[in-house]
Amino acid sequence: MSDIDRVDALVDRLLAEHSFDDPQAFWGAQYDLGLAWVWFPEGFGGLGLARGLQSRINRRLEEAGAPTWNRRVNILGIGMGAAVLAAHGTDEQKRRWLRPMFTTEEIWCQLFSEPGAGSDLAGLATRAVRDGDEWVVTGQKVWTTLAHIAKWGLLVTRTDPDVPKHRGLTYFVVDMQAPGVDVRPLYQITGEAEFNEVFFDEVRIPDDQRIDDVGAGWRVAMTTLMNERVAIGGDTTPRGSGAIAEAVRVWKESRSDDPVLRDELVRLWAEWEAFRLTAARASEMAKAGTPGPEGSTGKLVWADLNKRITSFTVELMGMDGAVFPGGYRLIRPEGRDEMPPQKAFLRARANSIEGGTSEIMMNIIGERVLGLPPEPRVDKDVPWKEVPRG
Amino acid sequence: MAERQVSYAPTEELELIRSTAREFLADRLGIPVVRELMMSESGFDRSVWKELAELGWTGLTIDEAHGGGGFGFVELSVLAEEMGRAVTPGPFLASAVLATEAIKAAGTAEQQAALLPRLASGEAVATVAVWERPRGWGLDDVATTATPEASGWALSGTKRFVLDAHLADLLVVAARLPDGEVGLFVVEAGASGMSIDQVPALDPTRRIADVVFDGARTAMLLGDGPGADALARALRLGLVALANEQVGGAQRCLEMSVEHAKTRYQFGRPIGSFQAIKHRCAEMLVRVEQARSAAYYAARVTDDTDELRVAAPLAAALCSEAYLWVAGENIQVHGGIGFTWEHDAHLYFKRAKASTLLFGDPRHHRRMLGDALGL
Repeated sequence: MSDIDRVDALVDRLLAEHSFDDPQAFWGAQYDLGLAWVWFPEGFGGLGLARGLQSRINRRLEEAGAPTWNRRVNILGIGMGAAVLAAHGTDEQKRRWLRPMFTTEEIWCQLFSEPGAGSDLAGLATRAVRDGDEWVVTGQKVWTTLAHIAKWGLLVTRTDPDVPKHRGLTYFVVDMQAPGVDVRPLYQITGEAEFNEVFFDEVRIPDDQRIDDVGAGWRVAMTTLMNERVAIGGDTTPRGSGAIAEAVRVWKESRSDDPVLRDELVRLWAEWEAFRLTAARASEMAKAGTPGPEGSTGKLVWADLNKRITSFTVELMGMDGAVFPGGYRLIRPEGRDEMPPQKAFLRARANSIEGGTSEIMMNIIGERVLGLPPEPRVDKDVPWKEVPRG
Repeated sequence: MAERQVSYAPTEELELIRSTAREFLADRLGIPVVRELMMSESGFDRSVWKELAELGWTGLTIDEAHGGGGFGFVELSVLAEEMGRAVTPGPFLASAVLATEAIKAAGTAEQQAALLPRLASGEAVATVAVWERPRGWGLDDVATTATPEASGWALSGTKRFVLDAHLADLLVVAARLPDGEVGLFVVEAGASGMSIDQVPALDPTRRIADVVFDGARTAMLLGDGPGADALARALRLGLVALANEQVGGAQRCLEMSVEHAKTRYQFGRPIGSFQAIKHRCAEMLVRVEQARSAAYYAARVTDDTDELRVAAPLAAALCSEAYLWVAGENIQVHGGIGFTWEHDAHLYFKRAKASTLLFGDPRHHRRMLGDALGL
């Protein structure tokens, strides 16, 4: 029996034997059949098969109307945490965390960025000090999605300040309900708090929640971030959808025939279309095993265009663009809130900062794609504690 | 204007066309030769055209029954890209794209049988004479008239910006029929009543000429009737070829800049280690890749008339601006040496600027795109 037949038979069985009424039970069954992450080993939500088969499974489940929103609800766990556990966790850790992660019984968050460590993640300062079989963590993380509802957090800490920055990091899974963890909403320029600040005040983490070796935190963090790119990128959207759809809607509603505005609208439409075609081309080349430079441009172009298009959309509205519907309310957004152009315009400013600033993306293109020499580094071989900060 | 699913993966055949083209152009039309030709009176060497014919380039998209290669536009666009990369001079765009496609789209079977083999074999070079005013890219601006005579037609009017007219054996001329429609006439070089005056070109690797018709006689009206749709198709295909050419040129400029940024030292470091230069190069790559997507896409939908109305101006607008920007930044990255005659950067910069004006500037293309999208 081919791998495809085997997977198809298991999907048939899952669909036949389990109702969609109790999604968590359904996801549990999906996990137990090895259809959660099909490329993981048997017993850990997988079957040890090719990763590409997962999209076939997901598609079949979606077509059958099965619940699949666990991947969205627990995106940081299922999209990144699972890959970290698979690559670096012990079997005991996988057994303990993977199943309730997949069923969404336990939501996960990612504790990486700090007020003093944004682009320079490896410079982070949250300290973890060993105390017998435990570690004591003190410090602050920021831009943490889902921290307020998460059970577990993926946490990178500094365990050795006396060695250069990349070498002194250690990775943990932290219980977000442990004493000393304080989660506060972080209100952004839209007035909403999509993110949190997380304060750690002598939080105790058992050593068996350490992922990989002491000092191996950077390697584990890299696994996390690589899977972040996989989780975020890769979707091909239909022509004219996304930010440009809203601009076109506002343009048509305005009944304007201003040739200057129209030229700008068409310019943005064209650039958005080229971005979309590039994503399709990159995806085809990557699937064919011959990824080229086109694949490295998406995040950068998307961020720039989203900012320009949302800004232009507000301009198209004329003085209506100076209205902020509903006013600013300092709240946590719930689910799919209204996104009027004015709010989209404000939210877009983050696009060129979150998930790697555009400046860092350009460094990556310059150095890894074009092979240009790196900037001389003043912090490379210096003990972390001697690196200037501020 | 439904978007089409296309494949970008290079086939073995395309790769072979590309590598053959690159080798030939490096061998036979390297930059020293280009420089020699660009300072010469005619700007080209007819013996090279014979060699291109032997390679099958002059009749690439002409069907085999007429002595051509029977290839499609994807193959042609690879050649265009390689020629852009090498700033190749000569009438390829005028003859093997514009005139060929106009004849294919408008000509009767007999006319095609009479004309296409001459083009495919390289015996004849052709061009199109369409424009009359500097910003008159639309066919509404065609004012040249065709008056019926006892045996054929007499053309009167002045065409400008005719690509490589001084090299052409055949000119496909857009002129008003008595009923006001635009017809496409084929005029042989040397026809009485036609005078060709080459004008100095901003881009000396692609020549332009004024052509005056003063009762010039021809017997051949392509399709024996109106030809505006056929001409519009040929011009859109010209845009697609030009966009791919621009991608090739822009890619070469990017490579020149990166090479320079790695080897040029200032302040004790390669200048490419400075973010001011590194980010400029990264941005160049980004612009080239977005342009490439639009150009490649357009080359793959040329058989879909409706989609081509979107894809051709899309590619033209993006590739024109991308090439001009990249070619300009290439000079900046090189600093002083990039401004010298000796350095090759100016060949690309001139090609880039002139090519953004040839069949419409980016604003014109965006107007066309907006129309096609109903915006």
